Amino acid sequence: MSWVLVMPIAVPFATAVVAYLARNFPAGRWISVAGSALSLIVSALLMIAVLDQGVIAAQMSNWSAPFGITLVADYLSAVMVVITAITGLATAIYALGEIPESTERLGFHALFQTLIAGVTGAFLTGDLFNLYVWFEVMLIASFSLLVIGGGKERLDAGIKYVALNLVSTLVFLSGIGLLYGVTGTLNMADLRGAVAAAENQGLITVIAMMFMVGFGVKAAVFPLFFWLPASYHTPYFAISAVFAGLLTKVGVYALMRMFTLVFVGDVGFTHEILLWVSLLTMFTGVIGAAAQMDFRKILSFHIISQIGYMTLGLALYTPLALMGGVFYLVHHIIVKANLFFVAGLAKQYTGDTDLTRIGGLYKSAPLLAALFIIPAFSLAGFPPLSGFWAKYLIVKAAIELDYWFVAFVSLLVGLLTIYSMTKIWGYAFWKPHPEGYDPTPDRAPARVTTAMITPIAALAAMTIVIGFYPEPFVQFAQTAANQLLDPSDYVTTVLGVQP
Amino acid sequence: MNSIIFTAGARLLVALVFVFSLFMLLRGHHLPGGGFIGGLLGAVAFIIYSLACGPEETRKALRLSPESIAVIGLGIALLAGLFSFFMGDPFFTGQWYWVGGDSYETSVFSINTVLVFDIGVYLVVLGGILSLTFAFEEEA
Repeated sequence: MSWVLVMPIAVPFATAVVAYLARNFPAGRWISVAGSALSLIVSALLMIAVLDQGVIAAQMSNWSAPFGITLVADYLSAVMVVITAITGLATAIYALGEIPESTERLGFHALFQTLIAGVTGAFLTGDLFNLYVWFEVMLIASFSLLVIGGGKERLDAGIKYVALNLVSTLVFLSGIGLLYGVTGTLNMADLRGAVAAAENQGLITVIAMMFMVGFGVKAAVFPLFFWLPASYHTPYFAISAVFAGLLTKVGVYALMRMFTLVFVGDVGFTHEILLWVSLLTMFTGVIGAAAQMDFRKILSFHIISQIGYMTLGLALYTPLALMGGVFYLVHHIIVKANLFFVAGLAKQYTGDTDLTRIGGLYKSAPLLAALFIIPAFSLAGFPPLSGFWAKYLIVKAAIELDYWFVAFVSLLVGLLTIYSMTKIWGYAFWKPHPEGYDPTPDRAPARVTTAMITPIAALAAMTIVIGFYPEPFVQFAQTAANQLLDPSDYVTTVLGVQP
Repeated sequence: MNSIIFTAGARLLVALVFVFSLFMLLRGHHLPGGGFIGGLLGAVAFIIYSLACGPEETRKALRLSPESIAVIGLGIALLAGLFSFFMGDPFFTGQWYWVGGDSYETSVFSINTVLVFDIGVYLVVLGGILSLTFAFEEEA
């Protein structure tokens, strides 16, 4: 049983090792693709096991909980692992087209696989200190990926990124230290009881706020998001896409996990703060996007705005709201990664991402235009695409609580999202190219464009499937939300599992 | 650095530090020591060598690039963890074979996956530290 949990982490690591040793050969990139495909298979096996048993846990090295490191997967973890593997495979295929050979020689694929391993590890671990270790693995890999390929702009973005993320990690680490001092355990399941039994509940709330700040920087919520638009528009598009899809979601996931499992002693206080933070995140993100004129910068600000919806689901703290939050998390990874993929291909065709300097894509690349419309409208929440259901659940949860203002802001932000998406549509697709020149797909070799359009089409298809056939996904999200709100299964599985 | 004393002394020192690093590696797990500290000492040996003879000479002595050493170390550590799969134990469970006994006290020595993991850590630390210091030395 334990191996089902280990393989989604071990496979990317093994792929990284082999891909690095083969980095000077064309085989290196195919090893990366094959490894990602294998990751997807083992993640699917994990999903099957979780669907079968609810919650599964494994004790590494046979050290029983709460002393050793526990890997644990409930519905939320399992779906995040699967979606990570899907994004990983899509990016590995996209990278076949985009990443030049000189960058591959520097070990691009190995770093990318290490990043995937780090993200997967963060989703699966049941130990707070281990979560910190996975954050570090992600940080090292993502920093290298940000600056790989060189250039002043990338280094500038990389330094901002790493400095601010280090601060967040330090706050997180201090929180861990204090929490260990108060409770004497770092196993998340064990912490639930230990935190509830702690004498000094005031101190626990302070620690909870430290975690909120630490994870908040990772998730890019208001007012801690400033590193994100400063860095996400510089690296390769494949990297932007995987960052946009996955990295901030790790922060959201960690918030969801900690603020449903451990820090539930003072929900009125912590989740109230989270509610206002979410609303401000949604609003500032979408307003920031309106001011931008660069394809990727607009999308970067929209990440922030959409993160607000997910944390809002957590902040409202009802079964329906959490269900919406989980659904949103999954839907957004697919959609956002896809939009960055589209931006990369648009750059291949037109040579730029500055919206004032490109255009005419609708005429010259109608397929790309169609494939842009799907994730863009899904992001804005158009029925019947996946984003509509995600927003619908959140808004409905807000209305059920009579939080009219929250519902109003959610809908307003959705409307403003459409403004940005139509701006991209108008400038990049409809408007003729400002230099009168027709962007033709022939500019890039077919090998490149085929590799880049395949994942775009696949992810768009997934968006449509979720949109038209949401029933199983909603039901899944419902079970995930119920498990989050009542983690007794989680706790007994972790602490009761026999090594 | 063109100091005859240092260059002559380095030869002796490099061998000594390196042997000591291997000693620390093998001593680990039951006594203070292990892969991390051993790897640091091994890196120190090569750094002394590169200060005395230059980084190009050291790269030749290493044969593999430090980055490759680190990644191979990662692979070895991973394999050590995966080995327990064949024994039906969870990931990273140490597998022990005691020679001439059945525990630490009674046996002469043991063959185990913990040492394999430590060798992996040793190589990761050695390769990682050396790639950092080479980057600094070669830029200067």
